[in-house]
Amino acid sequence: MLISKQKPLEEIMEYIEGEKKVFLVGCKGCAEGWESGGEREILEMKKKLEEKGKIVTGHVVVDMLCDKALSAIKLKNFKKKIDEADSLIVFTDGAGVQVVAELVKKMVHPGCNTISSGGAHAEWKGAERCMECGNCVLEYTGGLCPIARCSKHILNGPCGGSQYGKCEVDETIPCVWHLIYERLKEIGRLDKMEMFVAPKDWSLSLIAGPPVKRF
Amino acid sequence: MKTKSNLERVLNAGYFAVTAEVGPPQSADPEVIRKKAKLLSGYVDGFNVTDGQTAVVRMASWAACLIGKEFGLDPIVQMTCRDRNRIALQMDILGIAALGINNVLCLTGDHPKFGNHPHAKGVYDIDSVQLIKIVKDMRDEKKFQNGEPIPYEPRLFIGAAENPFADPFEFRVLRLKKKIEAGADFIQTQIIYNVPKFKEWMKRVCDLGLHEKVKIIAGVSPLKSVGAAKYMKTKIPGMDVPDEIITRLQGVPKDQVPKEGIRICVDIINELKEVKGVAGVHIMAIEWEETVPEIVEAANLYPRPKF
Ligand code: SF4
Repeated sequence: MLISKQKPLEEIMEYIEGEKKVFLVGCKGCAEGWESGGEREILEMKKKLEEKGKIVTGHVVVDMLCDKALSAIKLKNFKKKIDEADSLIVFTDGAGVQVVAELVKKMVHPGCNTISSGGAHAEWKGAERCMECGNCVLEYTGGLCPIARCSKHILNGPCGGSQYGKCEVDETIPCVWHLIYERLKEIGRLDKMEMFVAPKDWSLSLIAGPPVKRF
Repeated sequence: MKTKSNLERVLNAGYFAVTAEVGPPQSADPEVIRKKAKLLSGYVDGFNVTDGQTAVVRMASWAACLIGKEFGLDPIVQMTCRDRNRIALQMDILGIAALGINNVLCLTGDHPKFGNHPHAKGVYDIDSVQLIKIVKDMRDEKKFQNGEPIPYEPRLFIGAAENPFADPFEFRVLRLKKKIEAGADFIQTQIIYNVPKFKEWMKRVCDLGLHEKVKIIAGVSPLKSVGAAKYMKTKIPGMDVPDEIITRLQGVPKDQVPKEGIRICVDIINELKEVKGVAGVHIMAIEWEETVPEIVEAANLYPRPKF
């Protein structure tokens, strides 16, 4: 699940400045779920763009835009309308935008920002998160992740700003190091927290390393 | 003696040490630092320059420290992990040692969100405890973080911060222990207004014998106004300003408040002198550095030892 949010209309208008005709693409997967590029949002966007004097040559909302084979067939059905347009605007996450860019030899504008899921990969609501950092530290932290949940990714926490169980950076979120302390105390393993945790190998994480080769 | 640090010498000789904090300017003007350094000259054993405190862009700590050094002061470079990864930090460690600086204070650093560039990417490659260990290994093991040897090691007196008022309270002493084991030679604490709570913390420190392994310098700061006290109480993460302090400031006529703030600071220093394990005070008169000589004299800490 990728989380996306529509960009401000002014930003989209800047992208298509000097263009007259556009074709809109949405997705019935994550984008519909996050209300950033489902059928309803695409029709609303069509109206807004027309009010601003643009011509929308057509639109399509694909079942799973990230499925390239399926998207190729779908977009082929709209070839004429796409050819007519100066460019396409895609309303979904970055993965969907890149699929369309590969399939169409035309300018493809992103209509959304892909928001960090904060490592919340499961679709169920919950605090458990994984940032896929490549070098798991949960052994030292009682099973709570400081990479995903500490604002400073501290490995020897908590920092000096932790008070009343809240993170100094945002008092609406708990200080994960406070939670780690309580958990380790509860299970009688505070020794884990008294141990020095050495600098981390960040090279295995997407934050610092080269793009992960999966295929 | 591990280093040529004046602060180390003063502490080792058993004197009650005095350090002060200097805020660098949000400009390239060296005169700001010269003025503040001149004020402090003769009144402190060492002075800190903050490193992008509250994540606001200011003159680099090491650069301002070099300017202050012109006045015969012993600089303490503050170094945070917010803006630099382990490569940059180790380069700066070599650089400041080569420039004749003898003290470094290792900090994690305030989050960019608090500053004037809230859109910046915080680095946080390592944390303060890891930075302490890196500097210690560079000095004593003559090794970089990756294990490679250093032919000419940086000889720095290593400082760290600790906040007795942060949570979880019971863990704070253990975190101090961690910093000592990582290699801290001295500690500068968060500003103390709640003396009873600080004493409770110090008792735990002494119970573990930690005061014999590290020099603890207690942080103090004069309050300029009732507003400043309230702001510190509610807005600064990790601060503990008891209501009595605010009431005491409110109890004097408005034009007397700054004087009362200084008196409170002197009273706290006098109390801290009696606390077992406290090796000195660190005066953080932020943008009010001119009060430092007055405070030092009023607390009977003048003149400072000369070697
Ligand atoms: S308060 Fe806790 S979660 Fe927030 S930065 Fe500090 S250690 Fe991390």
